[in-house]
Amino acid sequence: MTPERPRGGYVTPYGGGPGGGREGANLGDILERVLDKGIVIAGDIQVNLLDIELLTIKLRLLVVSVETARELGIDWWEHDPWLTGDRRGLEEENRRLRERVEDLEEGRHGRRAVDAPRPEPAEPRAESRPGRERDPERGRDRGRIEEPERRHADPERRRD
Amino acid sequence: MTDTVTYLYAIARDAGAPLPPGLTGLLGTPVRTVAAAGLVAYVGTVPLAQFGEAALRRNLEDLTWLEATARAHHQVVEAVAETGPVAPVRLVTVYRADEQIGRLLRDRAEEFTEVLARVAGRREWGVKVYAAPRHAEPDDTGAGEAPEGAFGRPGTAYLKRRRTSLRTREEAWRRAASRAERIDSVLTGIAVARRHHRAQDPQLSGRDDWMVLNGAYLVDDERGEEFAAAVAALRDPELDVQLTGPWAPYSFTISEPGAGGAA
Repeated sequence: MTPERPRGGYVTPYGGGPGGGREGANLGDILERVLDKGIVIAGDIQVNLLDIELLTIKLRLLVVSVETARELGIDWWEHDPWLTGDRRGLEEENRRLRERVEDLEEGRHGRRAVDAPRPEPAEPRAESRPGRERDPERGRDRGRIEEPERRHADPERRRD
Repeated sequence: MTDTVTYLYAIARDAGAPLPPGLTGLLGTPVRTVAAAGLVAYVGTVPLAQFGEAALRRNLEDLTWLEATARAHHQVVEAVAETGPVAPVRLVTVYRADEQIGRLLRDRAEEFTEVLARVAGRREWGVKVYAAPRHAEPDDTGAGEAPEGAFGRPGTAYLKRRRTSLRTREEAWRRAASRAERIDSVLTGIAVARRHHRAQDPQLSGRDDWMVLNGAYLVDDERGEEFAAAVAALRDPELDVQLTGPWAPYSFTISEPGAGGAA
């Protein structure tokens, strides 16, 4: 198949400077016709083109012209990881987020090591702290300030 | 149960015109003809696995598949158009077997014959006209008005400018639309029939331009050059006029009362 070959029926362009002139059949022009014009005959296999929601959304873009859509950055069908199977973008973002979380956590541990003589690396995570998590006032963002409280809280809970 | 189906590209008169040699369609499959009732259907055999109902729903969402299919379909239609009058059929019209196509030709012979008579010796041309709103911008309309700022009412001045700008845009739109109407009427005078297609959404076209005309014109073969020359002559600095074609008469396969003949 030679998709780009203009049909023999096309006359030689009659000239036309920039912004004008007869143009060859681009995909948008073809789709505008083959999908929207032509004799409608109900074949044995029924597919109502209008039923296909995603298709019509894409076509609204395509029929305009693929080139302009691309220039506009409306080219999600080329990059949409769910359509292209290319999930590197998502994975990259996940990786960066994970690193960031680790950095933040390390930073907090580092500071605590200064404040608290005992590093207790397992303490905050290994123990479940149901009471604290239910209490919004003692939320996760309080950082170093909550450290002394934890120490008070821990002996209390050990009594259970 | 067969694993192939018959794909219908186009219908023409059975004038004994030879099939364009080596004509292939979808997936590179050869194009055949099915004749009945003085008509001939251009068909091909395609795999059910791709053209069954479920497969079609899936494939039509696949732009690569869609593009290949649309181009192959178009290529067959245009090749047939080279040999004589043709009625293009809409994309993905699929039958179980050739017999059903024979029946279709007999059942709707009158309608198809009428369409073919209307498009015989004629081709379709597409004309899109864009107007650039930048011509509507009131560069210095505001300059002559009361000097803003003396008592610091920039808001009022802004609203005034905005209103002028909107009014100017509206006027520019009307002016462009009326120029487009003139273009349309000149071209309709050369054509034997004309259809207006939906204007394409400017937001999606990415052009600032307004599409003020998206027309299809059915033109006698002998007047094709004249038509193209007329389009060229109708260009003006404020409008971008784009011509495509000639096409097989895709837009003229449906009878629309009132939209038919040019006066």
